Amino acid sequence: MDFANFLIQLLNSLQYGLLLFMLAAGLTLIFGIMGVVNLAHGSFYMLGAYLAWFLASQFDSLVLAIVVGTLLAVALGWALEWLLFRHFYHRDHLDQVLLTFGLIYIFEEVRSILWGDDVHSVPVPELVNWSIPLTDNLSYPVYRLVISAVCVALALGLYLLISKTRLGMKIRAGAFNREMTEALGINIRLIHGVVFALGVALAAIAGMIASPISSVYPGMGSSVLIMCFVVVVIGGIGSVRGALVAALMVGLVDTFGKVLLPQIAGMAVYMLMAGVLLYKPEGLFKQ
Amino acid sequence: MTTRRLVLTRSAAVIGAASSGLLLPQIVRAQSDKVRVGFMLPYTGTFAQLGVAIENGFRMALNEQGGKLGGREVEFFKVDDESNPAKGIENANRLVQRDKVDVLVGTVHSGVQMGIHKVARDSGVLNLIPNAGVHVATRAQCSPNVFRTSFSNSQPTLALGKAMVERGHKKAVWITWNYAAGEEAFEGFEQSYTAAGGTIVKKLGLPFPNVEFQALLTEIASLKPDAVACFFAGGGAAKFLRDFHAAGLSKNIQLYGSGFLTEGVLEAAGPAADGVLTTMHYSDALDTPRNKKFRLDYAKTFKAQPDVYAVQGYDTGLLLVKGANAVKGDLSSKKALYAAMEGATIDSPRGQWTMSKAHNPIQDMYLRKVENKENKVIGIAQKAVADPATGCRMG
Repeated sequence: MDFANFLIQLLNSLQYGLLLFMLAAGLTLIFGIMGVVNLAHGSFYMLGAYLAWFLASQFDSLVLAIVVGTLLAVALGWALEWLLFRHFYHRDHLDQVLLTFGLIYIFEEVRSILWGDDVHSVPVPELVNWSIPLTDNLSYPVYRLVISAVCVALALGLYLLISKTRLGMKIRAGAFNREMTEALGINIRLIHGVVFALGVALAAIAGMIASPISSVYPGMGSSVLIMCFVVVVIGGIGSVRGALVAALMVGLVDTFGKVLLPQIAGMAVYMLMAGVLLYKPEGLFKQ
Repeated sequence: MTTRRLVLTRSAAVIGAASSGLLLPQIVRAQSDKVRVGFMLPYTGTFAQLGVAIENGFRMALNEQGGKLGGREVEFFKVDDESNPAKGIENANRLVQRDKVDVLVGTVHSGVQMGIHKVARDSGVLNLIPNAGVHVATRAQCSPNVFRTSFSNSQPTLALGKAMVERGHKKAVWITWNYAAGEEAFEGFEQSYTAAGGTIVKKLGLPFPNVEFQALLTEIASLKPDAVACFFAGGGAAKFLRDFHAAGLSKNIQLYGSGFLTEGVLEAAGPAADGVLTTMHYSDALDTPRNKKFRLDYAKTFKAQPDVYAVQGYDTGLLLVKGANAVKGDLSSKKALYAAMEGATIDSPRGQWTMSKAHNPIQDMYLRKVENKENKVIGIAQKAVADPATGCRMG
């Protein structure tokens, strides 16, 4: 591999890692603050992608579709928290797993009823539908760079929200000591609703912005779910910063594993996870 | 206590069912006046539409005979296999033991097929495979009572090599998912491409169903091959076509593939798929009177456009009709039935094909080029392609 190729692969892994972070951030947030294991997280990614496809064909604009889709995802997250999840915060993790496992099937079926089982594509917005030539026969789609930029912006926003705002302070307080926070007169139920809606919205946004390059198809959620869990476990369950570092690591290992050690490409990421857990059983940034 | 008693009774029932199945592998079939046909196909999940298309095609072939098999009425049974390999044996047994079917038609997913295959070999029930291309079913574990009407996984790619070298593409990279179907497709490609004088520069793979192709596309660009050959299907195929195009590779590198690359995904892939060359045993756009009539009849009956899966279902029906007619509906005279099916020539919408000794079609493979979201047939890539049937001993 020459140096130019190395840089391109580095770009590939960065871009993949950032997308993984978007996906995993919501999962780790929901676990860290409410202690809920959410297996249905991949389904929100899938629903986001289908929403993007459906709304983009209605409005003829992906940007508008993402705005409306985000609002719908927030509403869905809020409703799910209110109807189901808040009754499960004090239950065993196994109950939560059963609930969210059932939700996977429900969402797949709803998707099938609403939109069918076809493979769909979402057109890349005209403005960014071009490529930058990198070598004599390889170019890089600008839209991929846009995705990375959006991911970086959201990561930054998330960081500011949690560490610099009043709401973020309440969220952290709630995660740290629930009873004490409630005793101080903070509406913890409201905070939980907000955090859950935020987590769902993050997964849905990841699905929406990835839809033009990933296509939209049944079962797309389950394929990303496992990677999400790997990222969350490596980063330390509940740590958003850990998720970012872990996602970038997974991106690197996956990309270079595929190229340099194709025989073990399928295992490389899991070997990374095993290695990290051996030295840090609670992940890199356990809170 | 109730719970424990319930558990006990249930286990007893399960053990009872299992042991009776063990003790009586040969079910005595009530010789009713109706032929019992069982569909074990995916009716839910990713492959749901394939299951429906296969059943439609099968019923259409029977309807052309007035809905009868060798003069006897037909009764249908259905089991949704959910494309779930874990339930393959259980579901097949439901049709064979509970419904006592004479014929089991199924299925799409190769993993589930292995479950059916075990049940078919143990019970001796006639099994017609309308899609799953898993090699062993007509190779090392071939069986007198198992017939495939679709393809083996390496059949389409067996026709690919010659077509590529003829177009001057002598250096190629192969890429697929690292799973059984991908490996089997590679076997066909490797054999035909090296025999035609081509060189495989590198074999690339990624875990199924991973769709993060970017790293491998960068690798392909640095290898600068004449062509890329691949095996992908479904949603992953659409993404691969788009990513390949977006990376600018389609400008200088011709993309080839086993035909499933461009089945059912052309709408999603859009212009990115234009110019891609694939080999397969059928194309919707096949311009023959036989195919046109089939497509018209199918569209009239089912208010939907048929695809390759509908054709395979239809051919499964045609094959069974041939067999049943030869024995005048007496499906219990197995020797004569199997002999008739083995010697059958099927007048299919895909073109005429014959059954091989290992019970897999010997069929023409078409070379197809994607133009305006259609697999345009540009010729026959190879005539009468047969699966090597390595290790098959009937008996």
